[in-house]
Amino acid sequence: MTDAGWISSILTAARPHAVAALLRNFRDLDLAEEVFQEACLRAWKTWPKNGPPRDAAAWLIMVGRNVAIDTVRRRSRLQMLPPEELISDLSDAEAAVADRIDEADYRDDILRLLFICCHPDLPATQQIALALRIVSGLSVPQIARAFIVSEAAMEQRITRAKGRIAAADVPFETPGAAERFERIAAVAAMVYLVFNEGYTTSVAEHGARAALCEEAIRLSRLLLRLFATEPEIMGLAALLMLQHARAPARFDRQGRVVLLEDQDRTLWNRRLIAEGLALIDKAVRHGRPDPYQVQAAIAALHARAGRAEDTDWPQIDLLYGTLERMQPSPIVSLNRAIAVAKVRGPADALAMIEPLASKLGGYFYFHGARGAFLLQLGRTEEARVAFDRAIALANTPAEAAHIREQLDRLASGALDAGRS
Amino acid sequence: MQYAILCYHDEKVTCAWSKEHDDAVMAKLGAVMGRLERQGKLGPVARLLPTTAATTLRKDREQPLVIDGPFAETKEQLLGFYVVDCASLEEAIEIAKELGAANPGGAHEIRPVGAFFPGKTAP
Repeated sequence: MTDAGWISSILTAARPHAVAALLRNFRDLDLAEEVFQEACLRAWKTWPKNGPPRDAAAWLIMVGRNVAIDTVRRRSRLQMLPPEELISDLSDAEAAVADRIDEADYRDDILRLLFICCHPDLPATQQIALALRIVSGLSVPQIARAFIVSEAAMEQRITRAKGRIAAADVPFETPGAAERFERIAAVAAMVYLVFNEGYTTSVAEHGARAALCEEAIRLSRLLLRLFATEPEIMGLAALLMLQHARAPARFDRQGRVVLLEDQDRTLWNRRLIAEGLALIDKAVRHGRPDPYQVQAAIAALHARAGRAEDTDWPQIDLLYGTLERMQPSPIVSLNRAIAVAKVRGPADALAMIEPLASKLGGYFYFHGARGAFLLQLGRTEEARVAFDRAIALANTPAEAAHIREQLDRLASGALDAGRS
Repeated sequence: MQYAILCYHDEKVTCAWSKEHDDAVMAKLGAVMGRLERQGKLGPVARLLPTTAATTLRKDREQPLVIDGPFAETKEQLLGFYVVDCASLEEAIEIAKELGAANPGGAHEIRPVGAFFPGKTAP
């Protein structure tokens, strides 16, 4: 392995622990980040020669603390700087610290670090940007690329978000059980936002944005390590993995959306699917279902079907019914209608979504699905109108292209349709 | 003599590998494995998913207890294994070194196999 490869992997892995501990020490996000950066620079200088320390996070925290003391002293100009060797010779101290620090000690620190990114004053896009910057350690240009905005705009967004957090009260006391549970839920929602930001995309943006999905999966694994027995976190991680596993099959070479039932399932990422299935199976054993677990269970049924026609639609219909009760929303009902169309036919599905027209009238998928059901019922003229509406509302060229294809099929007299 | 080469590494680090890095490591390991296979020295090989996907059954009581997570909370986790057939411990160590050069970091535990059942499942 090259130095660059192993060092950056170790630094990435250690980052949440180290920044979280430094934040607890200094109660200042900017200072914590700044000294962590400095500690990383020293790691790049010394690790290639000496090899990585036994506990990289502990090493970075030690160096970071010393850097901070140094910085504070320099600012106050009260004392001469200690010689460089005294700061960087950490070999003895490191061993002592390494024995004391383990994952559990970091747990509430890391949760706090994630939690401050979910501050309710921050709009979703700022939460995501902040989490990617502070917890994942992506650079501003990387985040800007993922959001497809200029670096200056992203820099400004992150600075503004940090300003809001600095002005807000960050809770530093150790949380009680109920509070911890609330924080976990808020953080899970933020990780889900990161994922969706990457997932809702067109092929042109796919390369840049897929990084967001991968970061969200990494964050969900981090949460899992901290809260290994939380079924909600297992469900969240499973959901992200099972959905992202399909990414390689979601677009064709021309950049058009490929429907779930038309996807080449050999392109699905089998390792992610195996991990996702293992996690949802574990979660279900707890008997405490929540929306992440139910959605993961639906994704699992798709993942388990070797061919589209093997999909267990009756079970998917049931699960969407459960989700409707937990989290009533017209979007969930619309998704359920797809399963209903498979199980009970397009007439029932159409009857189910007609009442949603007032709420979903401005939603691309509503008209796409409605058009597909009408088409299956042979009501081609109405289907054409619905597809035209869908194209007008499409968010991405890929979505529009997909519907146009349905219209083409309609024009050529073919009578089949569907959607993912 | 058969040896199991058990691979331990910090999964936080291996999960932080970029896809390119992961692919490069797997390609290098593939080359070593290919040679061992041609020499008839390679038995089953498995790469395990992260311990966050693990479940542990404690069976030291009448009602076995199912626990989320790995058996042991350790800094480095069991992430995979190779079974190799070789003449001596020396040779097993050499093979472990070669695999280690293709995938540095962490540790390989070289453990003699007592009984071996190749089994028969689809890959």
